[in-house]
Amino acid sequence: MVPLHWYLWLGSLMFCIGMAGFLIRRNIIIMFLCIELMLNGVNVNLVALSHYMQDLRGQVLTLMVIAVAAAEAAVGLAIVIALFRNRPTVHVDEITEMKG
Amino acid sequence: MVEIIFGYFAITILIISLLVVTSRNPVHSVLWMLLLFFHVAGIYLLLNAEFLAATQIIVYAGAILVLFLFTIMLLDLREEMQIQRFTRGWPAGLLISTGVLIVLITGLKGFKTTFVGQWDIKEIEEATHTKALGKVLFTEYLLPFEIASLVLLIAILGAVVLAKKKLKT
Repeated sequence: MVPLHWYLWLGSLMFCIGMAGFLIRRNIIIMFLCIELMLNGVNVNLVALSHYMQDLRGQVLTLMVIAVAAAEAAVGLAIVIALFRNRPTVHVDEITEMKG
Repeated sequence: MVEIIFGYFAITILIISLLVVTSRNPVHSVLWMLLLFFHVAGIYLLLNAEFLAATQIIVYAGAILVLFLFTIMLLDLREEMQIQRFTRGWPAGLLISTGVLIVLITGLKGFKTTFVGQWDIKEIEEATHTKALGKVLFTEYLLPFEIASLVLLIAILGAVVLAKKKLKT
């Protein structure tokens, strides 16, 4: 039997690697991938807690997270395409039009 | 035995997630992510969540990553790959995420599960996981389920509106 804390540590590590990637990368597509990585870390934690607490609520919540992740990927990539049409770059440092 | 399988999945997941974050080519990142989603599905199987493992593979690996690949192939990224990978302030980002990691790990040290629900593993195995999850989802959590479908509908509309070319008047 694997202790619960191993799963929680794995989820936290995934979340923090995703967070680091989101903060240090410049490519907007990889930043979206890092958000997916963070959501997956949260999902691992939710499913582990749901299993060890013998309750299915965590897994229901995981399904909601997956639905929201799909929605976020669709809208985010549509924004990337709209952005790329106006200026051909995916580097977030060069996108400064919204600056006041 | 289970510990060894968990160790394999965990170490592979961590190595792959580092590769996703650091690889230069976005296509390589997406393909590493594909491998990572399969390993996360393996973790779900270890936790007796078969339906979620299937959902993980179908939705994440089958739909979301294909969307990512399509977007990358629509954009011409050959020049982008030559430019430096990381932002100038990357040590700050690393510092912040390490700090969050330390906070999470120390916070988890004293964590104990005191709450015990009614769905123990025998009951789930008796009813099969999909049926048990569906029973909870469609009775207790029907409203959040409907809201999730609404979120997906709005996302479809938003994606179409955003990615559409402006009509010339």
